[in-house]
Amino acid sequence: MAEAVDLKAIGTRPIRPDGIDKVTGRAAFGADLNLPGMLYGKVLRSPHAHARIKSVDLSCALEADGVLAAISGADLPNESPSDLAKNVLARDKVLYHGHAVAAVAAKTLAQADAAIDLIDVEYEVLPPVLSIDEAIADGATLVNESQHTNGDTSKPASNVAATTMFERGDVDAGFAEADVIVESEHRVPTAHQGYIEPHACTATANEDGKSTVWCCTQGHFEVRSLTAQVLGEPVGNIKVIPSEIGGGFGGKTIIYLEPLAVKMSQISGRPVKMMMSREEVFRATGPTSATWCKVKVGAKNDGTITAATAWLAYEAGAFPGAPVGPGCMSVLAPYDLANFRIEGNDILVNKPKVCAYRAPGAPQSMHAMECAIDELARKLEMDPIDLRMKNAAGEGTQAPYGPTFPPVGLKECLEAARKHPNWTSPVPEGAGRGLAVGFWFNIGMQSSAEVRIAEDGMVTVMEGNPDIGGSRAGMALMAAETLGVPYEQIKAHVGDTEATGFCNVTGGSRTTFATGMAVIQACEDIIAQCKQRAALTWDLDEDQVDWVDGEAVPKPGVNADVKPLSLGDIARGAGRTGGPLLGRASLNAQGAGASFSVNLMDAKVDKETGKVDVLSFTAIQDAGRAIHPSYVEGQMQGGAAQGIGWALNEEYIYDAEGVMENAGFLDYRVPVASDLPMIDTEIIEVPNPSHPYGVRGVGETPIVAPLAAASNAVRDQLGFRIDDLPLSPPRVLEAIDAQG
Amino acid sequence: MSKVHVSTSINGDAVEFLCEPHQSLLEVLREDLNMTGTKEGCATGDCGACSVLVNGRLVCSCLMLGVEAEGVELTTIEGIAGEGGLHVLQQKFLEHAALQCGICTPGFIVAAKALLDKNPDPDETTIRYWLAGNLCRCTGYDKIVRAVQDAAQELAYEA
Repeated sequence: MAEAVDLKAIGTRPIRPDGIDKVTGRAAFGADLNLPGMLYGKVLRSPHAHARIKSVDLSCALEADGVLAAISGADLPNESPSDLAKNVLARDKVLYHGHAVAAVAAKTLAQADAAIDLIDVEYEVLPPVLSIDEAIADGATLVNESQHTNGDTSKPASNVAATTMFERGDVDAGFAEADVIVESEHRVPTAHQGYIEPHACTATANEDGKSTVWCCTQGHFEVRSLTAQVLGEPVGNIKVIPSEIGGGFGGKTIIYLEPLAVKMSQISGRPVKMMMSREEVFRATGPTSATWCKVKVGAKNDGTITAATAWLAYEAGAFPGAPVGPGCMSVLAPYDLANFRIEGNDILVNKPKVCAYRAPGAPQSMHAMECAIDELARKLEMDPIDLRMKNAAGEGTQAPYGPTFPPVGLKECLEAARKHPNWTSPVPEGAGRGLAVGFWFNIGMQSSAEVRIAEDGMVTVMEGNPDIGGSRAGMALMAAETLGVPYEQIKAHVGDTEATGFCNVTGGSRTTFATGMAVIQACEDIIAQCKQRAALTWDLDEDQVDWVDGEAVPKPGVNADVKPLSLGDIARGAGRTGGPLLGRASLNAQGAGASFSVNLMDAKVDKETGKVDVLSFTAIQDAGRAIHPSYVEGQMQGGAAQGIGWALNEEYIYDAEGVMENAGFLDYRVPVASDLPMIDTEIIEVPNPSHPYGVRGVGETPIVAPLAAASNAVRDQLGFRIDDLPLSPPRVLEAIDAQG
Repeated sequence: MSKVHVSTSINGDAVEFLCEPHQSLLEVLREDLNMTGTKEGCATGDCGACSVLVNGRLVCSCLMLGVEAEGVELTTIEGIAGEGGLHVLQQKFLEHAALQCGICTPGFIVAAKALLDKNPDPDETTIRYWLAGNLCRCTGYDKIVRAVQDAAQELAYEA
């Protein structure tokens, strides 16, 4: 790892490259592209949570005013369609209320809206499966009659799509050694990412079979491959241009509208724009899993944890793929344990197919375990920071999911919490204080980057990760640092699928880490070329040239009477030394460092109304190295707000038929400015040895700890625990009443 | 149904358009006039992304019909920056990193301008309640509130 001495650009807080466009309304998002002759596409969605489709008749819709295309599942390739293809457009069955059944494209929005009402669908309504309890009960209705647990067809079909197990040591012996055992179970209902920008795209199909898709996505290369897959076309037929993206949090890592828009553009010969309504976003895009977690933890009187178990059941929605694996990986990750058993279950229900949501699966399982650890501290009459420090994972700890941690910052976060005013100050009168640990493992994966030098020395950084929270500023800072030039000399861009090399999705907190590493390596490529060009210019050997502060200079001791050559000097003369300066790098990044956090929250329950007010909140997190500290703080604050919303209010409310009753921002109430205090942040920097500047991903960990921090704060005030979330006024009041 | 002719003023420019009687002002701005700086987050008046000023008053343009723009003065995000460059609020949002994805930002800036036009010296609570009609899912509001506080201070200093 490069030594962190004398960092000039990294750690500063310049204005982001896309900032002015975003404060002036010039930035173009998913729904902001209008093209000549453009049609508007709309989707007909299932009114049933579970039904067999007997027939779909598009004929009346096709005859309606302004309609130029209408499609159903029959119009897409139907040779063993993937789950994704069936989610994009239902085939034989609809599996949740809101499941897409057909689509139309018409000249105006109103005509498209009117036409979908003219599509005639005949259903055979089936009983819906609406909870984990129903799904795993004996004789349960099957969401998918050919789904067998872990693909084992020797067993009967089941709604349990998959099970997974992590185990080490002897759990029974561990519990036998324990002086104190805590056991509890916790349920968390479905919650949505709640990005403010609904999904939207505009597709143009050309007569040569090639299509261009403009859309808001976290990964346009994935949109390209998935759209091609659903349409049964070669990947090369499709070009995807990522618009600016109005939030995603994992929810825009998958496709919904894009194949429909391309297909209807192919049929009509016109561009087709599709925009989801907010209601469609709630009903038909992937929220995260509702969960049921049972945890047990035992410890000796001195606080040493001797054994722990976790049984996790996560709703996948209509197709397999709940984030229960990451839930299992995270649940005990903060602790160095000899004996544990973690079981995960991926459960089908008649609800939307879940999608990634910020640290997918970790908030729910860690909520359960961090509540149990809090109770353990109370039973042991031990300070909750002391208890966690005694068992904390650190360098050399083998994570429950296998690898051994390199340096990680959990202990540093706990020590910072111990000194923080939100911990040392007295708890406000009548309120409670909660503490919890958060964790996310972070990922690396594939990235590429190009660095181009213009003839005046201006640097263009081109990479392929949609910028969801300021990453272009981060890329520009890392490029400035590496090249030794001012931040203002760098322009960072996100290129479309044909303008830049492949990058995996903006997700897993990988962008600043992995794509950042590609940018750094592409800059190093430029430096190597510049040294070569300078050597050529000065008639020296390459190894006699150094790169210092953005200039080629002869190495100390080299006898050469020459002036240093800047990037601009070399670029201007590039024609004489080998042509334009173009640096490149591609990689599959390894060693994404895990990021731990500690959150502190003071909260006060109004015992008359059951409303929980957040009095103070502090997020402490290991960022490895904060490239642009303001955007690291922003991730921590934003994740805290989402976690607080999840803990205190957000949930999908279903009726008995499986219809979501609160599919709008009025009733699915995310935190607003008046719900929250200022959110204090403390960035801990334990450098990640696998990144040149020590970066760890920071985007996901922040949402994990707020759930248990809130539960533990409310427990602290009330003197008893409410196991389930959200701690909404009705649930809190009911719990208070039940206590008498 | 025939379209309705509407004469209005947008960001100081006289504008005429034809719209269907059922079209929201938001739809007219975005889909017909190509003024896409005003965003749609919900179309039900719950998120504030479509905030505009109508005769100086803060309005969700998704809750107003296009035909109701007849004879009024509209200000959208595209009209906040003046000849002198960015509005102080825009500058402060940038300096405070008060945006991440930026989709809610136009609505917040329009709403915050309406606040500062009405109350040049709001305290934190006033800012938080005034902006409670604007949803941001990225920032946790902390940096937005600070940007508005700082903008108010700077405007007071300039005044």
